[in-house]
Amino acid sequence: MKLKTALLATALSSAAFAAQAAELTVMSWGGAYEASQIEAYNKPFAAMKGVTVNMVAADNPGTPIAAMVEANNVTIDVADVELSDAVRLCDEGKLEVIDHAALPAGVDGTPAADDFVAGALASECAVANIVWSTVVSYDSSKVTGVTSIADFFDTAKFPGKRGLRKSAKANLEMALMADGVPAAEVYSLLETEEGVARAFAKLDTIKADVVWWEAGAQPPQLLADGEVVMTTGYNGRIFNAAIGEGKPFTILWDGQIMDFDLFVIPKGAPNKDLAMEYVAFATDSQRLADQAKYISYGPARKSSAPLVGLYQDGKTEMAPHMPTSPEALKNALTNDFEFWADRDVELSEKFNAWLLK
Amino acid sequence: MSDTILRTADGKPLKAALMRASAVARRRAFMLVLPLLAFVLITFVVPIGQMLSRSVTNDAFSANMPSVVAWFAANPEGTEPDEAAYAALVVDLVNAANARTIGTVATRINYDVSGTRSLFTSTGRKAKNMEAPFKDAVLAADEEWGDKVVWAAMRNASAAVTTTFYQAATDRKLTDEGVYAKAPEDLRVYLTLFWRTFVLSGAVTLLCLILGFPVAHLLARLPMRISSLLMILVLLPFWTSLLVRTTSWMVLLQEQGILNNMLVYLGILEDNGRLALMYNQTGTIIAMTHILLPFMILPLYSVMKTIPITYTRAARSLGATSWTTFRRIYVPQTIPGIGAGGILVFILAVGYYITPALVGGATGTLISNQIAFHMQDSLNWSLAAALAAMLLAAVLALYWVYDRLVGIDNMKLG
Amino acid sequence: MADTKTTDAFVVFDRVQKSYDGETLVVKDLNLSMPKGEFLTMLGPSGSGKTTCLMMLAGFETATHGEILLDGRPINNIPPHKRGIGMVFQNYALFPHMSVAENLSFPLEVRGMDKTVREAKITRALDMVQMGQFANRRPAQLSGGQQQRIALARALVFEPELVLMDEPLGALDKQLREHMQFEITRLAHDLGITVVYVTHDQTEALTMSDRVAVFNDGRIQQLAPPASLYEAPQNSFVAQFIGENNTMEGIVTEISGDKCVVKLDDGELIDAKPVNVSKVGERTRVSIRPERVEMNKSRLQPGAHTLKATVREFIYMGDIFRTRLSVAGNDNFIIKTRNAPDAVRLEPGAEIEIGWLPQDCRALDA
Ligand SMILES: Nc1ncnc2c1ncn2[C@@H]1O[C@H](COP(=O)(O)OP(=O)(O)O)[C@@H](O)[C@H]1O
Ligand SMILES: [Mg+2]
Repeated sequence: MKLKTALLATALSSAAFAAQAAELTVMSWGGAYEASQIEAYNKPFAAMKGVTVNMVAADNPGTPIAAMVEANNVTIDVADVELSDAVRLCDEGKLEVIDHAALPAGVDGTPAADDFVAGALASECAVANIVWSTVVSYDSSKVTGVTSIADFFDTAKFPGKRGLRKSAKANLEMALMADGVPAAEVYSLLETEEGVARAFAKLDTIKADVVWWEAGAQPPQLLADGEVVMTTGYNGRIFNAAIGEGKPFTILWDGQIMDFDLFVIPKGAPNKDLAMEYVAFATDSQRLADQAKYISYGPARKSSAPLVGLYQDGKTEMAPHMPTSPEALKNALTNDFEFWADRDVELSEKFNAWLLK
Repeated sequence: MSDTILRTADGKPLKAALMRASAVARRRAFMLVLPLLAFVLITFVVPIGQMLSRSVTNDAFSANMPSVVAWFAANPEGTEPDEAAYAALVVDLVNAANARTIGTVATRINYDVSGTRSLFTSTGRKAKNMEAPFKDAVLAADEEWGDKVVWAAMRNASAAVTTTFYQAATDRKLTDEGVYAKAPEDLRVYLTLFWRTFVLSGAVTLLCLILGFPVAHLLARLPMRISSLLMILVLLPFWTSLLVRTTSWMVLLQEQGILNNMLVYLGILEDNGRLALMYNQTGTIIAMTHILLPFMILPLYSVMKTIPITYTRAARSLGATSWTTFRRIYVPQTIPGIGAGGILVFILAVGYYITPALVGGATGTLISNQIAFHMQDSLNWSLAAALAAMLLAAVLALYWVYDRLVGIDNMKLG
Repeated sequence: MADTKTTDAFVVFDRVQKSYDGETLVVKDLNLSMPKGEFLTMLGPSGSGKTTCLMMLAGFETATHGEILLDGRPINNIPPHKRGIGMVFQNYALFPHMSVAENLSFPLEVRGMDKTVREAKITRALDMVQMGQFANRRPAQLSGGQQQRIALARALVFEPELVLMDEPLGALDKQLREHMQFEITRLAHDLGITVVYVTHDQTEALTMSDRVAVFNDGRIQQLAPPASLYEAPQNSFVAQFIGENNTMEGIVTEISGDKCVVKLDDGELIDAKPVNVSKVGERTRVSIRPERVEMNKSRLQPGAHTLKATVREFIYMGDIFRTRLSVAGNDNFIIKTRNAPDAVRLEPGAEIEIGWLPQDCRALDA
């Protein structure tokens, strides 16, 4: 009886496999971000190759694909993951190596290796598509005159609750920057006990006023509900609420923490070759610029910047809303994936212990 | 002697005949439960076994660093790593880097010694160009390799079966001397969370009992027509998804929420003195009590339904006040329901994580949130398994205590 | 009706009415008065309101109208636990989580009695019902009859003056029931308590009680000692409900003093005693006990009316013979004769003549 079931399951799954042959399955993060990828990448790719491109949503695609590879049951061809996950999964041999030399040159002729912004090709298993950032944003109908990251921690001058992500990542960096540490020194300081203590001490000053969030959709919601007056959040989500839905939210670029999202191909992907083509196609200059039309995440290629046009409403100029705009980059930190790969366990525990106190 | 054996009419031994006769019935009974048995085995016993085994095994290091493992085997604990040890290390690092398993290895050591992940990955990249003497070459690449604790962690990880994750789950860390000791205060998380989980779940259970008892009593006493209507209200929460219910509580309880707005509107609260009913333990307790209340009411109701009113009347006629009657006659008879409801609610509460994650804030989250964190975010499944196993053990211990105090057969679920 | 204002009345129901739903009266105009020490049984078919009356007396239901007096005091506003009334329930209602001794101890504890006093009383009560050695058992470990005794002991242990019992023997088998009937009457008599006993079993009512209140449709149909209830039913419900009874319908044609002549529906004339009829032309139902029907003409008054009857069935019952006849269109007319040496055994099909003394045939309401 057991044998029969096993046979049946195999038959079914191989049938499913056969049906999938002309399809490509991409896993991304859902919401407005995923929608922008469908418009900018999937539809033109499907039209060009005559294949079906399926989009699957996950909370954090890095997790399910790791589990799939571990279980030898990979159904995803391409996944959109964070840099730290890309590096980690690559180190663990869970990703296919992507030949960076096969990536097309920029529209202006710059070779891909030079065209991508620094760090975008840091992992040999991944190609970055966007730059996103964790930023402070506030409800400008309730607070005005916020100019620096230090103001976020100043509840005397700007009374009201603060929203923070319930994790060590980003909070510790922002705390140090608010405490006057220049962006360039943040991670080296965090390597030390004193640096970590200093960051937690800064967080202590607002601990009683914090509403902790976990999902990216929460910060704009917390602002809209009036639960907080200022919150950290992902710049694209805040932009969509502010420009897309007309909410009175303003982004403070000072002290932003930039990060990449990257395309990776899980080891054992059913349509590996097609996946390679998809990654090369989706990360060319024009496609990256197209995506920025739908959401305010910056293209990972320099040559895409001049191609970025108006928001889909047809009137908002996208360039100033990008985390990579000159204005936004004045005091910005780039997430150090290696630091977090090393310290995540310890700092998460410290952070959790600190929360409990 | 054989004459004493009872025989059937045709001379076969009675026992054998009986066995044969009942064998068919037994086989049929077995066939009937077989699907469920298989189901339980596949979906429950096997995963729990896997969880338990995962909580004590991790071969990420031992499987990928064979030479170092061999050196540890050949040299007793306390031996200073010599040139041979470093040579073995370099061989393994080169192989691991080529095989792309170095990340796995690094992750494993990083569980014990924070900050060693990049030590492995970066040295792994350089290792293929290293030449003897390897000790100097490795230490030149990164002097952290000279740390005792790194070697202690590697020795520790060279066995696939390990207590590391239970040590971590009980807030114990590897010291520089290579032994486990209580973690520094700012790294202790889990025991506090376990304690909080049990206290909070206990509070939720108590609250469910206090709120559910009168309702169940009313349901059991009212005429069927009205009680079935009320029962629908009790069961209503079951018909909406957990997420919807939890977010409804958020709308109600948040600072700018309906409840606070109403209290401010009625002048009971100052506008700047709004109550923090959410993103703390209060929020967790309120939302979980609501969600788990039916699990208390249903067993209570089913027990109360079977208690005839004549007991109450008998007690009253014997001279007991209504309070004495309630305390000495009614409540003792509802104990099977209280026990079943209490255990059900408590165990469900201990395992809840979606609700505390959404409304619990910093102080209202529970151990299951940590388990989920290690399952989904940190991907340290072994630690998650160790925490889950401890939770399971605690729940089983609770059953045992309950059995001791009340008796498990004295539990009535419906 | 009994005089409700008698000064020595211990329990008094005064024009009590009860409705559960506001639409129908379950108890209609109940008047009852019983002296101290009386054993009174409420007898009636299921649903006639007996339990309701008992519950009003015990304090678990309130009378919709009227007053209930206990020892001269109105008790409508006294809570049940202050009434000091012992109760025995049909299912015994022994507390399942307490031992026998604890069950008995409960009423004493709530009265704040000392342990030594309690123990003495418990022992006495248990001995009284011959259950002394069962003190440490749980109710579930006892047989039905034993539980019954404990329930009785518990209702008596705190020495109430009034004890209410609602079909206490309903769940026992016949032999045990008869034994307990005897025990209960003996105890009630020995202890001198007042008992209101509810049953739907007429034998029980007749054998145990000083007086029986026959209930039907929320009213007391007749309240009388067992003998007069049997001998002299006041209406056709009581006549039919108590004991075996032959009835025939007809119209009163003559009436004078305590004698009347009734013309049955098939034209035959019979003699009867007017009970519920007062004038000629009234419709009536006559009622005669099977053992009062006479086959021997010589024992009847001269000139008495007789009826022709056909024997349908003869049943030998040991001590008596039971013969079914067809009389005046009634195929279910029963007569009982004592199994005396000279008694005649009638064969089916035999034609006989029957009659009775006028005072044994009661002309009741139709
Ligand atoms: N709690 C109650 N609610 C509504 N009706 C009731 C209740 N108790 C009894 N009755 C009704 O009152 C009538 C008399 O019931 P009861 O006093 O129990 O009769 P008995 O004991 O003579 O069998 C019945 O018709 C019964 O249905
Ligand atoms: Mg009754």
